[in-house]
Amino acid sequence: MVVTVKESGRDKAFAIGIYIYVFLAFIIVAYPVVYMLSASISDPKLVSSGEMWLWPKGITFDGYKRVFENASIWRGYGNTILYTVIGTLINLIVTLPAAYALSRKDFVGRNFFMGMFMVTMFFGGGLVPSYLLIKNLGMVDTIWAIVIPSAASIWNIIVSRTFFQSTIPNELQEAAQIDGCTNMRLFFQIVLPLSMPIIAVMGLFYGVGNWNSYFSALIYLNDENKFPLQLILRQILVLQEMSAQPGGSMDATTALALNNKAEVAALVKYAVIIVATLPIIAIYPFLQRYFVQGVMIGSVKG
Amino acid sequence: MQETKSNIMSSVIPKVKRKKEKKKSWNKIVQNWELYIFIAPAFLYFLIFHYGPMYGIQIAFKNFVPTKGIMGSSWVGFDHFTRFFNSYYFWDLLWNTLSISLYELAVGFPIPIILALAFNEVKNGSFKKLAQTVTYAPHFISVVVMGGMIITFLSPSSGMAVHLIEWLGFDAPQFLTDPKWFKTMYVFSGVWQSAGWGTIIYLAALSGVDPQQHEAAIIDGASRLQRIRYINIPVIIPTMTILLILNVGSLLGVGFEKILLLQNPLNMGASDVISTFVYRSGLVDAQYSFSTAVGLFNSVVNAFLLITVNQIVRRTNENSLW
Repeated sequence: MVVTVKESGRDKAFAIGIYIYVFLAFIIVAYPVVYMLSASISDPKLVSSGEMWLWPKGITFDGYKRVFENASIWRGYGNTILYTVIGTLINLIVTLPAAYALSRKDFVGRNFFMGMFMVTMFFGGGLVPSYLLIKNLGMVDTIWAIVIPSAASIWNIIVSRTFFQSTIPNELQEAAQIDGCTNMRLFFQIVLPLSMPIIAVMGLFYGVGNWNSYFSALIYLNDENKFPLQLILRQILVLQEMSAQPGGSMDATTALALNNKAEVAALVKYAVIIVATLPIIAIYPFLQRYFVQGVMIGSVKG
Repeated sequence: MQETKSNIMSSVIPKVKRKKEKKKSWNKIVQNWELYIFIAPAFLYFLIFHYGPMYGIQIAFKNFVPTKGIMGSSWVGFDHFTRFFNSYYFWDLLWNTLSISLYELAVGFPIPIILALAFNEVKNGSFKKLAQTVTYAPHFISVVVMGGMIITFLSPSSGMAVHLIEWLGFDAPQFLTDPKWFKTMYVFSGVWQSAGWGTIIYLAALSGVDPQQHEAAIIDGASRLQRIRYINIPVIIPTMTILLILNVGSLLGVGFEKILLLQNPLNMGASDVISTFVYRSGLVDAQYSFSTAVGLFNSVVNAFLLITVNQIVRRTNENSLW
């Protein structure tokens, strides 16, 4: 602050109010997360009775043990990683070249393509026609039903296009073309290396989306062996099908299940939430910059 | 969803300003032939997976029989629509869908704005950074985990929120099964998850405020509240307007994935919305044509709302979508 005018009493009170407000928002968001972390390693009895309310009590790793012994969770994890990697690659291959083409002012037909893509934002065929299409294409119960129908998002194409427009100078490509450089070379050898930030942002946006998606798997996959993690989670967390599932230690599970099935199930739930969310939450603070950048590029009305 | 909504800010509706000679543009097409290869995957994707289903919409006006295919099935006109409009659940579905959306709009729209204005006032760098990092984080929690958290926290007798309410001396309601609580549960869990992330777009707009304006205002004796009111808020109004248009445009497109997860037979009276109904009747009960008709009704209303709101905004100020 260059100017140092003494703050009035009212301003100070207002500033304190703002700090309290932000602090409250912080607590409201952070508390459930801390609670889940603690609950996942606490004695389930103390959790369900409410004695454990912030820090872990009666520490046990039983929940995690059960989660890691559960074969379907591992399989789900594997499937999710596969779908996320392949899906995100497809997303990038479809999005980036298209966005680059659309960013070029000398690209005849850009308005047509842009308009055609944008219509889909406001109007679509709906659930059943989409399902019938995927079915007719023979993609049901294959990985392609997961990765192809969401191959590109118009939002991300627009964000990437805005990035290319604002960072790749027109003179650069004009000079390259005068030197006889083809568009293909221009894109791969000049534009892409200059566009690492947008590649990172797009990879992250699409990657998180692929990791978290469950609905296409729910409607297009029937074979449990192909279920991604989110569908397995749905079974455990929402449909509550855990404790009876044959995992690694069936005998111990049944014995315990008879005693305090509900409490153990709750313990497993907390553990499974942590196991499923940790990869993203753990890397997110380091990548926050990129995510925020992505939203900001998108907010520039270009 | 949040970030996709905000990204539309950059959307440019094509401005047709082409008055060049045909020959010249033909030369450009030839010269830039590779750009058409670049756009081909996206073009094919949208054509097949977005326009393809639009072709399938015709089954809303037919009696679709899978063995006969889309073309072979017989036309029935508006029968499915009439059946839907006359059904006893039509008004319930419409009411649930609209009331959840409006509730969400009324609560979920202002909170990120207030939070962003507050973040902007916090001068302590590390506290601000921490608060932002933490409040953004839930955005990355998947909808399934979110559903699981809600169910676990609100479960009677053992849930965290239930303990909290009892500790405060109240009787905790049956959140998960009481239809009265469904909408509140849905809306506030959504606020928890996305309010922080929703501030980013406003903070981006606020970062464009010239600090000199604030300095001048301070010298003139403006209080903090006055500076927010007369300097910061006007800066974010265009952003607010566009997000509002988009929100209204998707009034009938409520967060269907989360509702589907939180739905149970006991709260169905409040939780059944058009999109979950489409899912159930279409994919679970395989009433393909009927469900397509319901879905089409939903999209048409959405498109209509979006165009109407945009039109109203365009009449009143310059911040419309197109």
